Amino acid sequence: MKVGLFIPCYIDQLYPKVAVATLELLERLGLDVYYPTRQTCCGQPLANSGYSHLTYDIDELFTHNFESCDYVVSPSGSCTLHIKEHLHNYKNIGSAQHIKKHIYELVEFLTDVIKVENLKATFPYRVGLHQSCHGQRGLRLASMTERVEVSFSKPKHLLSMVNGLKLIDLTREDECCGFGGTFCVTEEAVSVRMGQDRVADHLNHKAQYITAADMSCLMHMQGILKRQNSNVQVIHIAEILNATL
Amino acid sequence: MKDHAQLAEAFNKDKERVTWHDETLWFVRTKRDKAAHKFAGWEQLRETASQIKNNVLSNLDSYLLQFEANAIKNGITVHWAKDAAQHNQIVLSLLQKHEINSMVKSKSMLTEECHLNEFLQHNGVEVIDTDLGERIVQFRNEPPSHIVLPAIHLKKEDVSDTFHEHLGTKKGNSDPQYLTEAARQHLRETFLTRKLALTGVNFAVAETGEFVVCTNEGNADMGAHLANLHIASMGLEKIIPRREDLGIFLNLLARSATGQPITTYSSHFKRPRNGQEMHIILVDNGRSIQLGRKDFRNSLKCIRCGACMNTCPVYRRSGGHSYHTAVAGPIGSILAPNLDMEKNKDLPFASTLCGSCTNVCPVKIDIHDQLYKWRQEIVKSGYSPKSKTIAMKAMSVSLSKPMVYDISGKALRFTLRYAPFVINNKLNPWYKQREMPAAPESSFKKWYEKNRSKKNNNE
Amino acid sequence: MSSKNDILAAIAANKPDPQPLPIGLYTPESGYNLTNRFIENVTLIGGAVHQISIISEIEQFISTHFPSAIRIITNNKSLKNVGTLLLNNDLDKQIPHELENVDLTILDAPFGVAENGAIWITDELLHHRVLPFITQHLILIIKESSIVASLQQAYSMINNQDYGYGVFISGPSKTADIEQSLVIGAHGSRSLDVFITGQASY
Repeated sequence: MKVGLFIPCYIDQLYPKVAVATLELLERLGLDVYYPTRQTCCGQPLANSGYSHLTYDIDELFTHNFESCDYVVSPSGSCTLHIKEHLHNYKNIGSAQHIKKHIYELVEFLTDVIKVENLKATFPYRVGLHQSCHGQRGLRLASMTERVEVSFSKPKHLLSMVNGLKLIDLTREDECCGFGGTFCVTEEAVSVRMGQDRVADHLNHKAQYITAADMSCLMHMQGILKRQNSNVQVIHIAEILNATL
Repeated sequence: MKDHAQLAEAFNKDKERVTWHDETLWFVRTKRDKAAHKFAGWEQLRETASQIKNNVLSNLDSYLLQFEANAIKNGITVHWAKDAAQHNQIVLSLLQKHEINSMVKSKSMLTEECHLNEFLQHNGVEVIDTDLGERIVQFRNEPPSHIVLPAIHLKKEDVSDTFHEHLGTKKGNSDPQYLTEAARQHLRETFLTRKLALTGVNFAVAETGEFVVCTNEGNADMGAHLANLHIASMGLEKIIPRREDLGIFLNLLARSATGQPITTYSSHFKRPRNGQEMHIILVDNGRSIQLGRKDFRNSLKCIRCGACMNTCPVYRRSGGHSYHTAVAGPIGSILAPNLDMEKNKDLPFASTLCGSCTNVCPVKIDIHDQLYKWRQEIVKSGYSPKSKTIAMKAMSVSLSKPMVYDISGKALRFTLRYAPFVINNKLNPWYKQREMPAAPESSFKKWYEKNRSKKNNNE
Repeated sequence: MSSKNDILAAIAANKPDPQPLPIGLYTPESGYNLTNRFIENVTLIGGAVHQISIISEIEQFISTHFPSAIRIITNNKSLKNVGTLLLNNDLDKQIPHELENVDLTILDAPFGVAENGAIWITDELLHHRVLPFITQHLILIIKESSIVASLQQAYSMINNQDYGYGVFISGPSKTADIEQSLVIGAHGSRSLDVFITGQASY
């Protein structure tokens, strides 16, 4: 099984340790991980701004990079969802289709494909889980409060395997943090307010760390925490699941 | 004209009011959740409603004709209006024919969309809105900020001041019970003396020619049953095939809107009462165009419950007026560009695409997907700023050429590390209230090449 | 006429391919105690429910709770002692505005709905449509055996009913337009008392 690793652009440039944790975690599970070094980005920043017609070359590069993989795994729900819904390659429709069907966000890859039942991870802290919207509602990583459905959470399932980790409850368990891609700068006032409110919920419940399956939400909340001089840290879920101490 | 971001920024100046607005609407959302979770078969109910509405859109012309024929048989006069101007003219003509210069009106978002009040006032007609929330905002010369809760942007102290000025209530008494009683007395007098009442329509039944109006206050009924003339204004899409379909929609409407099991009054108007004239105006105003937009026609399934507004984290923190359109919030943001794309080009961007709206919607409108699609339409139609297009083109080049991407990524990290002032200044909206991330020395790609070179089997 | 033709032509050109009406996707919940659910819902929406065995208990209730009511209207013949006015065709000659000073209205209603506490009533029973709205207080009487589980059942019962006006009433009139604070008694009746008579039928 050839597992392609897709590292979103901002993780590659700003949070390489998240990518390292993802890679190490997959390797420790005995997987043959392939990382195409000519990769860049999924194209979402353009598409969500209304410029999906400018993503053809990006899509083509993406298809070319990952067409030989059985699965593509990425530590980002948002980027994974974008590929699943919007990857177009008119020259190579078959490969694009294959990728759209076989791309997984890291958490769902671990729970649904590898079916991980135990992890040798230890993380003895109080952790708040931020449900990133694209992963939660888009990829269905967890049940949502809007729907009447049986409650489930793939990230919580994995976090429950981590030694010492205490998952805190939140008052609003699945509200958006307000990052929203370019929204975070074009609608700065609302974006910041949403982020402040989300962070406050975690702080009120005495979180030591805030985790998520999307680093973009965490980057936004980290910016707010730092401005408040808070000691609370953000940490990608891959880093927790890979935390062997 | 100010756009959503600017209006939202102004709204956010008063932090405490934003907290209050957010919490009040979140409270309504949790009431809705409770009602939905208590109702066995909620998701099947949503699916049924959604499919009925799909059927309606695909037979809209025949259902409208069927409705018209039955309504006429019932003694209702049916009018057709292509746009807001025709609708308003029909109302004015009826007023003039009966020499009426003052009327009552219960809640109708369609008349807000048509700017009926301004038009009639311009023509010397006094319009008195009778829904309490609408009466409050009317006194203040403001539009409603929410389709179900028109005065939700106001605090009771604001209402107290307004009523003190217009109804002579005691200054400083902001007890909701006291203020509501004052409005009751004031409007009772009005109901008894007005000869024309205009109401909205929640549902119109094709097979029977009747229409249903839902209120909690009873104001639509007080108006209609005391007036000699009842006009009901209705958007084309309000039609449903059968009376029995009301059993589906009435179960969804109030639970989605406020968490009530049903509105206090669900009034079925089939025939005028003895001696009364009843008119219904079927209004298109862009709906038939929206019907032709494959990606956006689903928006016409909306039953105006407001659940997408209550759940929207952006709406709750920017207020209804920041949407500068009759219908605010997520649903308004996918309806408004159909009416005027240039004027409403900012609205589809006033969202994080979190998807809460789509999943709370009782008729399963894919609201957040439509927001995404409107963004593409707006850019394609040339309503995006030039500077943004230039930036996006540059980004496209950078992201499709790995070497250019590597160099720009390195430049970004270098700047963050060694010249942060280039980025961390007031020209950067991120930095205004957030710190920038600390830049690492190397990218993951560099790390990988260094640490996994053996395994690097890339071309 | 041209507006109508233009609108219909635009719809015909733009409408999607035929979509069928759904069949049997949703079945209302069943197997619960209808009276209890009905009472629970009426109470939830600000009404009060009283289970009685004889109708004269209503008279007692009125004298205790509405001692100062002057104008009382009813369509229930056994209550004519309390009613200052019995609903009949004579009342039809009045204009609805003359009901402005009605303090209390007591109406026999055909049935109630358990899943939302709504009670159906039509204009034949009302004589004046405005009556349940303009009255200061409202009492509705239903037979316990008439309570149906769902709106779906309710509509199957009234599907062929020919009314000029019909209304589901669920609780007293209310508003939360000021800061979401619930206030009972907006423009319609200030209170709703529901009396349930008789035994449930099986």
